[in-house]
Amino acid sequence: MTKRITPELFDKLVGLAALELSAEERAYLFEEMNHQLASVEAISQILLPAEIEPSLHGLESQGAPPRADLWERFPDPAAIIALAPETEDGMISVPDVKGAK
Amino acid sequence: MNLTALSAFETAQKVRAGELNANDLAEAALAQIRAIDGVPGSLAPGILESAEEQKVHAFIQVTEELALSQAARVDRKIAEGEEPGALAGVPVSIKDIFCVEGTTTTAASRTLANFIPPYTATAVQRLVDAGALILGKVNLDEFTFGSSNESSAFQPSTNNPWNTDHVPGGSSGGSAASVAAQEVALSLGTDTGGSIRQPAAFCGVVGLKPTYGRVSRLGLIAFSSSLDCVGSLSRDVRDTALMLQVMAGSDPKDSTSSTRPVGDYLSALQQDVKGLRIGLSPDYEAVYYPDFESGAVHSEPVQKEVRDAVLRAAETLANAGAEIIENVPMPNTRYGIPVYFVISRVEAASNLHRFDGVKYGYRTSAEINDLNDLYRLSRGEGFGPEPKLRILMGMYLSAAEHASNFYQKALKVRALIRSDFENAFDPEGDYWLDALLTPSTATTAFKRNAVLGNSVLMQYSDQMTVASNHAGVPALTLPGGLDESGLPIGIQLIGSDFGEDTILRIGHAFEQLSTSETWRSEKPQVLQGEVKA
Repeated sequence: MTKRITPELFDKLVGLAALELSAEERAYLFEEMNHQLASVEAISQILLPAEIEPSLHGLESQGAPPRADLWERFPDPAAIIALAPETEDGMISVPDVKGAK
Repeated sequence: MNLTALSAFETAQKVRAGELNANDLAEAALAQIRAIDGVPGSLAPGILESAEEQKVHAFIQVTEELALSQAARVDRKIAEGEEPGALAGVPVSIKDIFCVEGTTTTAASRTLANFIPPYTATAVQRLVDAGALILGKVNLDEFTFGSSNESSAFQPSTNNPWNTDHVPGGSSGGSAASVAAQEVALSLGTDTGGSIRQPAAFCGVVGLKPTYGRVSRLGLIAFSSSLDCVGSLSRDVRDTALMLQVMAGSDPKDSTSSTRPVGDYLSALQQDVKGLRIGLSPDYEAVYYPDFESGAVHSEPVQKEVRDAVLRAAETLANAGAEIIENVPMPNTRYGIPVYFVISRVEAASNLHRFDGVKYGYRTSAEINDLNDLYRLSRGEGFGPEPKLRILMGMYLSAAEHASNFYQKALKVRALIRSDFENAFDPEGDYWLDALLTPSTATTAFKRNAVLGNSVLMQYSDQMTVASNHAGVPALTLPGGLDESGLPIGIQLIGSDFGEDTILRIGHAFEQLSTSETWRSEKPQVLQGEVKA
């Protein structure tokens, strides 16, 4: 079977996914993606009745309607900030968007 | 009395009656874990001695202090005449994909190795409020992405208590093993394509995937949001009913949790199976999978001993008055895995974008130039191979140029899969089933390293379970025998929407009807020299 995901397309996806990969990982993931695609191709062969609608959930939500759009104070905001790998003056800190150095 | 062998129901009854105290139960569970679990899973396990390789390794973290403090609270309530809850003193493990405030919640990934959530999942909180004792967090495939437990970043991964050369299944492998090994009576798991039922079947315990929305998903680290279900693992059906009774019900913080009234699952067990219509389908007799090179579809029959166990169970239930309906068509079952490859990967890719090294979780310590470097290196170093594969596949399948061929079509095929169940359970239809009886898995537990790395073959081990996730219907696995190697066989009962009471009733009846069968007296390998508390 011809590989539908080409090396060029694979590289594009890796860039969009923001993933740094080793050479070994690249080879493994490239091969496995094409193997999975062979399985996925099975659904393109299925003849669907014209009236069939896409199902976002097998069982449509039986939940309560959305709550009122009112903000609630989290009891301990500092606990959330404390989870960040780097903070400065109570704010989450990140490098510059482009070319800090 | 062997405290760790008690069921959750018996334990809670004895604690509530003052015959046992919760502290003794916590200590007994901790002693059992110390005796047979071995070193907990870690990011740097080193080289294990051969004796250590034969341990269970269900736990990533044992929460001794938490369990003992919860036990003290239960004992104090009993002493002061307060209501201690329906799970008073019951030892429980939690799949490490649920947030527990103040406790590391790793998802078995380097990405979240140091993540300590500031809140507790609703399902966990309901167990704690009912008096359960949280003994610890148990291992899983990284982010729940797998069917053997081996993809965990926290090694050693869990072994099967019945034969430690075999996998416990996954992704809730630590949950299933901890229950089978009598380290706990109950475990909290998740099931997206079979992640409770497949390991439960492999480890010879009971596993329930409730109806989608029956149990709140708040505090569960999401994999595939339209498929994820929170459920239970236990050693008998009564304990499953008890645990569901405690956890089920609407949660204002999860809009997909159902507002339908919760059934009386324990009372349902009092009824027999006379007159119930239980179906068998030829579409659950084989696994269909593609050839990578030619694209041709091959089929492999279900392991003969597994199929025989299903037929034996049908005969047992028929002898008790159930009506067995053969040849129920479920023709779209075979598309369950291809559809799952699409929907679950697209949703997983979306859910995993949040892990970026900024707000919480792993951040690279490498020299970086800008924010893009931070994202790329943090995600590259934090995620293992399986999350990376799912992110990439999900992005490919949801790309604008492929979405109509794959994602949109998969959503329509999901509707077809759902229609199989609607037809089978329709009271006005040709079959009007109360439940469908199938194998839980096509084979018994496979050996360690036998499938690891082959992401397609690994996924096909869920073919018997995944259709009920697509349809949203409840499904229960329970032990149905042992194969020639002494490995457990699981049989599955699938019900209609919110029909947990019916499948629990049938499962409980089967347990009662098969108590005298010789396989029921067999015990897992790791319990041969068991600890007596």
